[in-house]
Amino acid sequence: MRLKVSHRTEYSYDEPIRYGLQRLRLWPASGPAQTMLTWALHIEGAREEVRFLDQFGNDTRLLSIDGDPHTISVVAEGEIETNDTAGVSGPHRGFAPLWLFEHQTPLTAPGTAIRDLAASVGDGGDLQRLHGLMALIQQRIAYVTGTTDSRTTAEEALVKGTGVCQDHSHVFAASARLLGFPARYVSGYLMMNDRVDQVATHAWAEAYVSDLGWVGFDAANGMSPDERYVRVAVGRDYREAMPIAGILIGHAQERLAVHITVEQ
Amino acid sequence: MVAFDEMLPAEAGLRRPYEAYDGWLKNQDPARLTEKMRDAERVFRKTGITFAVYGEQEASERLIPFDIVPRIISGNEWRRLTQGIEQRVQALNAFLDDIYHRQEILRAGRVPRELIATNEAFLPEMIGVRPPAGVYTHIIGVDIVRIAENEFYVLEDNARTPSGVSYMLENRETMLQLFPELFQRIKVHPVENYPQLLRQSLAAVKPNGVNGAPTIAVLTPGSFNSAYFEHAFLADQMGVQLVEGQDLRVVDGHVAMRTTEGYKQIDVLYRRVDDAYLDPLTFKPDSALGVPGIMDVYRAGNITIANAPGTGIADDKAIYSYMPEIIEFYTGRKPILGNIPTWRCSEANSLKYVQEHLAELVVKEVHGSGGYGMLVGPAATRKEREEFSKKLAARPSNYIAQPTLSLSTCPILTEKGLAPRHVDLRPFVLVSDRIRIVPGGLTRVALKEGSLVVNSSQGGGTKDTWVLDD
Repeated sequence: MRLKVSHRTEYSYDEPIRYGLQRLRLWPASGPAQTMLTWALHIEGAREEVRFLDQFGNDTRLLSIDGDPHTISVVAEGEIETNDTAGVSGPHRGFAPLWLFEHQTPLTAPGTAIRDLAASVGDGGDLQRLHGLMALIQQRIAYVTGTTDSRTTAEEALVKGTGVCQDHSHVFAASARLLGFPARYVSGYLMMNDRVDQVATHAWAEAYVSDLGWVGFDAANGMSPDERYVRVAVGRDYREAMPIAGILIGHAQERLAVHITVEQ
Repeated sequence: MVAFDEMLPAEAGLRRPYEAYDGWLKNQDPARLTEKMRDAERVFRKTGITFAVYGEQEASERLIPFDIVPRIISGNEWRRLTQGIEQRVQALNAFLDDIYHRQEILRAGRVPRELIATNEAFLPEMIGVRPPAGVYTHIIGVDIVRIAENEFYVLEDNARTPSGVSYMLENRETMLQLFPELFQRIKVHPVENYPQLLRQSLAAVKPNGVNGAPTIAVLTPGSFNSAYFEHAFLADQMGVQLVEGQDLRVVDGHVAMRTTEGYKQIDVLYRRVDDAYLDPLTFKPDSALGVPGIMDVYRAGNITIANAPGTGIADDKAIYSYMPEIIEFYTGRKPILGNIPTWRCSEANSLKYVQEHLAELVVKEVHGSGGYGMLVGPAATRKEREEFSKKLAARPSNYIAQPTLSLSTCPILTEKGLAPRHVDLRPFVLVSDRIRIVPGGLTRVALKEGSLVVNSSQGGGTKDTWVLDD
């Protein structure tokens, strides 16, 4: 499936910004489930300082504020050819060792709720257990925006019982790790069938299954990724894979507007 | 247990390296020497060397006591030491390169994976980074102890941001001022060129793509840091800028410092800020000491950070116990310098042994430094040992234990004349396209009679360290 993606992020400030940085992980790579055909970043109010591959192989760019802008906008857009691999995104690659993904991060650190959840996953083969885990999470956490934020931990979201895809992915990764699977967080895009304008970037989790490699689980939607998914960055949690992370010097108030379209 | 005295061992009599010095000392008027001791203190006060001591409520700045009797090492002894140190430093850098890339040593099962995986000093952000010339530890301070004529052991590899080199330099400067005639009579290798060697060494590992002489700067956490004097001193001696995080920005793909003529690109940053505080965009978000985005510039290959972030994984006290395996794995040879037998309290059998033998052992925190939070069993009271035992039981993996070594002694000048005190040695090693070790180092001395704790934060002093040109 050929997907056309446009992802616009705009920050506006109530006073000019004198110094600030934004780190972008907005450049998708080709892999087993997708081929990047065209991709471009259009940046206003900031400029690219450096680009590099981070420890997980994500194409990462550091921007600095250019001039004294009131707004910074970043548009990432292009075309990706995707194919349905039944959620399998292939063998582990890169220097980041597989064991790194067995370890929890501050955002996935389990408490009793996550431990209980992981313990309630039934017996069976690896895939069966992971699918069981995904179904449990979908039941336990209702998709409700505005109830959690980027600092909400997996444990907090599970206790709360509401959240967004980021929370579902954290809970999945935290629980899968407890069950002994290396797990990671994937940020990207999902084309919802009924619309062109998407609510937000998407996120899902992957667990490493012997013989198969990394397998994706989208607990927010209760399914493994198919050809409607575009992967952009991976990490052990949201903080390591987040599309845009910034730091501002000063006291300006920031307003954020995001507009994403994904269409065939 | 009688300690080996480096000047006058119990049975053998005066040792050779001290003969010339002893000949001079015998002809000195004791009153004049006492006077020189006071002069030394004045020199130190004048140069402003102070040392902040953590955990004390009162005046946290004080002088580190200096003793005027030099610690003397023969040329032959030094050559053997340097061979051992070079081997160790090569192994440490090979280990770091491996740990942040293919991790062959873990695959081979020579170091347990868990030791790396659960270690806070392991920085995932360093995975895949290969700094210029493959150098991770540009400056290492190797702590060495001696227990007999020919028995040297490495106590610690300080591979993060070792301090103390300014004392080595000031100690020599002071001795040259107090006893110029001594240096006429006895040929001692100079250490004064350390700042120049440091500068050359840092310049030699500039980023690929920097043409001509690189711009070097020293990054300090600021004037409240215990080693601020040293940061300022080294920057001054090297003739480079001393900067704080707030002076730095990312400009044109590089880290740059604010100057009167605008921002100037920095190519090599000798940082004395710990990893966790180095980049608030990458590590602790609330750190005001670091430079946001410096890790991005680093990964892009546009700056050399000395020492590289993440080197703490090589000098962790739990890793230390594997150094013989690490050295053999990367150099293919047995270690030249010994490692002190170490019990890892994370292992049940070791913990049991340590708990049962607390009165004989030295127990240290795995991630600790500076002599804080350690127990010296033989010197501790029963109550102190009992309290420590509880801490140990609560967090066994936080501790390692070692036998209480009878560190060698060296005489210090006291009101009653010469008296032996325990010493250790920290030579400073510069790593770039080659390994340079300044002949000498910092000799730390436990001033209290019988004490084995040489740390300046725990009442230790220092001595000038002579390597003879013989």
